[in-house]
Amino acid sequence: MTEAVPATEVVSYPGARPPDRRRTVVSHGIRLAVHEWGDPDAPPLMLVHGGFDFARTFDVFAPMLADAGWRVVAWDQRGHGDSDHAAMYSWEADLRDALAVIDSTTSEPVPVVGHSKGGSLMTQFAAALPHRLKALVNLDGLPHDRPMPDVPDRERTKLLAEELAGWLDFRRSTATRSRRPDTLDGLAERRAALNPRLPLDWLRYLVSVGARRDADGWRWKIDPSLRLGGFGPWRPQWAMTRLPSVAVPLLGVLGLQPETLGWATPPEAVEPWLPPTGRLVVYEDLGHFVHIEDPERIASLTLEFLDAVR
Amino acid sequence: MSATVVLRHNKVDLALHRLRDGEGRPLLHLHGLGERSPERVPDHLEPWPGPVWALDFTGHGESTVPTGGGYYCELLMADADAALAHLGPSTVYGRGLGAYVALLVAGARPELVRGAILDDGPGLHGGGPEPAGVFVLPTPLPVTGPPDPYALLELGRDVRPPDYAATYARQAATLSGLDTAIAVVAVARPPWLEAVADEPGVRVVPRAACTEPFATV
Repeated sequence: MTEAVPATEVVSYPGARPPDRRRTVVSHGIRLAVHEWGDPDAPPLMLVHGGFDFARTFDVFAPMLADAGWRVVAWDQRGHGDSDHAAMYSWEADLRDALAVIDSTTSEPVPVVGHSKGGSLMTQFAAALPHRLKALVNLDGLPHDRPMPDVPDRERTKLLAEELAGWLDFRRSTATRSRRPDTLDGLAERRAALNPRLPLDWLRYLVSVGARRDADGWRWKIDPSLRLGGFGPWRPQWAMTRLPSVAVPLLGVLGLQPETLGWATPPEAVEPWLPPTGRLVVYEDLGHFVHIEDPERIASLTLEFLDAVR
Repeated sequence: MSATVVLRHNKVDLALHRLRDGEGRPLLHLHGLGERSPERVPDHLEPWPGPVWALDFTGHGESTVPTGGGYYCELLMADADAALAHLGPSTVYGRGLGAYVALLVAGARPELVRGAILDDGPGLHGGGPEPAGVFVLPTPLPVTGPPDPYALLELGRDVRPPDYAATYARQAATLSGLDTAIAVVAVARPPWLEAVADEPGVRVVPRAACTEPFATV
C-alpha cells in the first residue's frame, strides 16, 4: 500500500473550472462523488461520463453550460474518479447508480447529456424510466455491429481462447493489482495516445484531477480491477434497438475521426433507428471524445438543443 | 469431516470446501442460484473416484457478500477459475446457475476443466436469450444474506444467447482433447442448454452415471 500525500501541483488550463460544489450520494451502499457547477437554484442538467473517464473531464464543458443558466450535475461512476471502488461492476449497477444520483437531484424530468458508455447507459435509462428524462444528448455513445474478421474457424477458436484465458488471467491478478505509477507528464503522454488531438496542457490538467499523487508517483484513480473492453454476451444491437423507443427530444452526436477508443459508428448505422424526436449531428473532424476535444462547439450545440426543453 | 480453504478473487473471499479426501483428479461442485455448497458428497457424485470439493460463489454460503451488487455469470466463471487455480485440473459438476458457469469455465479453461457435468438446479434458465424488460431497482434491497439478494436479482435475469453458450461448448470440445467434453444431465432445456446439447463433444447422460465419462479420462 502506498500512502496518499496531498497534491501540491496545481495545474491550470484556460476555461477549466473545478466544480462549485461537491457532495456524496450513497447508492446501494456505494458512495458516489457528485460534482456541481452553477447556480444551485437553476434547472438541473445531468452529465454522464464514459467508461474509464471521470466527472471532472467536464471541467471545461460543464462551466459553459452552467454559465448559460443550468445547474450542472455530474457524478463519478462506481470505481471511477473519487467514487468508491466496488467489488463488482455491471451495466445494471451503473443504471441503479444513475437513478440514485438523479433521485438526489430532482424528482422532475431532467435533461441528460451522456458521453460514450454514459450515452448508451442513459439511452437504456430513457427506455426504463421515460418519466424521469426531459431530453437526451448522446455524445458518440451509439454502438453498432462491427463485422467479424473474416478468418478460418481454427484461427477464430485460437483468438477466442486467448481472449477468454486473458480475461480470467486478469481476474486472477485483481486481488493484488495496482496501477502503474508515473510522473504527471508520463500519464499525460499515455492519455495522449487515446486523445491524439488534445493539447498537452489540457491533458496535464485532466491528469491532475483524474489521478492522485502517491509517494511513488501519480496513478489514475480508477479501480485497477476495471478492464477496458466488453466481455460477455452483450450485443450492440440490443442498445441500438432501444433508440426508436425514446420519446423525449434526442440529440445524437457522432465524431468520425478514427481513434483507439472510438466506436466507429457510421451515421448510416444510426439513422434508421432514430425516433421521430431524434436528430443526428455528425462531426468529420472530431474523434470519440467530442466534448473534451471541442468543448465550445459541443456546448453551444447542446445549449441550442436544450433551449427547446427549457 | 470437511475443511475449508479461503481463496481471494479481487475484493471477495471465496470459501472452497473439501467434502471428501482422496487420490487423483478432484471433482469441483458448483451450487445453484441462492444455494450453498452441500455438507457432504451428494449420492449421485459418490461414484467419483477422487477427492470432492465444493465452491461457494460470491454472495453465497460462506463467501463474502459484497456491497452494491454488480453480478454477472462471467464473474462467477472467474470464481470457479480461482478454485481451479488452487485445485489444478479438475472435473466440474454444476447445478442450475452452477451448470451454466461450469459450461463457461470449461470453454475458457479447456486445459484445466477435464469434463463438465451440467445438471438441473436453481438458476438454470437465467434471463433468456435476449434482454427482456428493463427495470432499474429504485431502492436498496435489504441484505440479510447470504445469499445476497442482488445475486438473486441479477443472476436470475442474466442474458444467455444460445449461440454464445454454444461457442463455449465448441471451445471446450475443440481444445480439451476429450472425446466427451460436456455431459448433460439436466432434464430441463432452456434455449442455451438446448444449443449446447446439440454440439459435438456433448453427451446426454443419466444422473446416476454422470461422473462415468470423466472418471477414467
